[in-house]
Amino acid sequence: MSLTPVLRRQISLEAISIGLATGAYGISFGAIAASSGFSILQTQVLSLLLFTGASQFAYVGVLGAGGSVLSGLATASLLGVRNGLYGMRIAQLTKPAGWQKLFFAQITIDESTALANKYDQSQDTARWAFLAAGLSVYVFWNIATLTGALLATSVGDPKTFGLDAAIGAGFFALVAPRLNSRLNKLLALAAVLVALALTPLLTAGLPVLATALLAIVLAKRAD
Amino acid sequence: MSWLGVLLVALIAYSTKLAGIIIPNSILERPYVSKLAVLLPVALLSALTAIQVFGSGQSLVIDARFAGLSAGVVAYFLKAPFILIVLVAALTAALLRFFFGVN
Repeated sequence: MSLTPVLRRQISLEAISIGLATGAYGISFGAIAASSGFSILQTQVLSLLLFTGASQFAYVGVLGAGGSVLSGLATASLLGVRNGLYGMRIAQLTKPAGWQKLFFAQITIDESTALANKYDQSQDTARWAFLAAGLSVYVFWNIATLTGALLATSVGDPKTFGLDAAIGAGFFALVAPRLNSRLNKLLALAAVLVALALTPLLTAGLPVLATALLAIVLAKRAD
Repeated sequence: MSWLGVLLVALIAYSTKLAGIIIPNSILERPYVSKLAVLLPVALLSALTAIQVFGSGQSLVIDARFAGLSAGVVAYFLKAPFILIVLVAALTAALLRFFFGVN
């Protein structure tokens, strides 16, 4: 099925609404990063360059709680492994040529992959969906990040406005939709218990990282 | 915070995305890799939730953050969007601190 003007319009509108909805929570990322000790510029650079929500939250979460750069890097990077698989799917669906791959890679995220999958009836429709969703989220996410960072730096103590409580709720909201099987639910419960049990024993950042081992062992068994 | 860390974390994330696009599928297309890509976020995000709510340095505490999360969980099950879940949690913690002096 070819990319008709009607279909192009429909996909674009859908991409904009995804961008608005996802982008909006860039406000919470901006606010949390800026109140976790990152400068406004660093916060913005994370959204411009890292550009994958869960990893961004994880990186500032781990460092903000006193974890080392190394555990922040490891946690954020392990969370980003799925983007590699999305890249594979995007390459199959949209067949980017040479230099386009460099640009396509940056906007390869949950939302752009999901919309490309939804419109996978042809290379043209998948490509349009991928680009529209990727760019739309990119623009709104970055505008929202700046807004959040500016708001947070103007409110003073982040605890007054409950910004510290927002971080945990943010992670919960990221993980909850993934708890769609018995295996995932059990893994989540185990990860919570292991991380809490290790907190008094290891330096900040490591208890979270240790739970990656649970996932690695489980994935091996399911192989 | 360290600029080196900020740039490195971005570089690694970008390399991961690019690797998927340019590396031949056969290398990545193993059940183990796709299973891992699903399970890693579940483990890490669950652990991060727990640490961000109960962690205070190397000790565990129950404070206004827990009330915030609880309110956020309720909002989630009422099908609230992400931004609202986060706002409800922040507001709950902020109000408890302001009116009841909860830590």
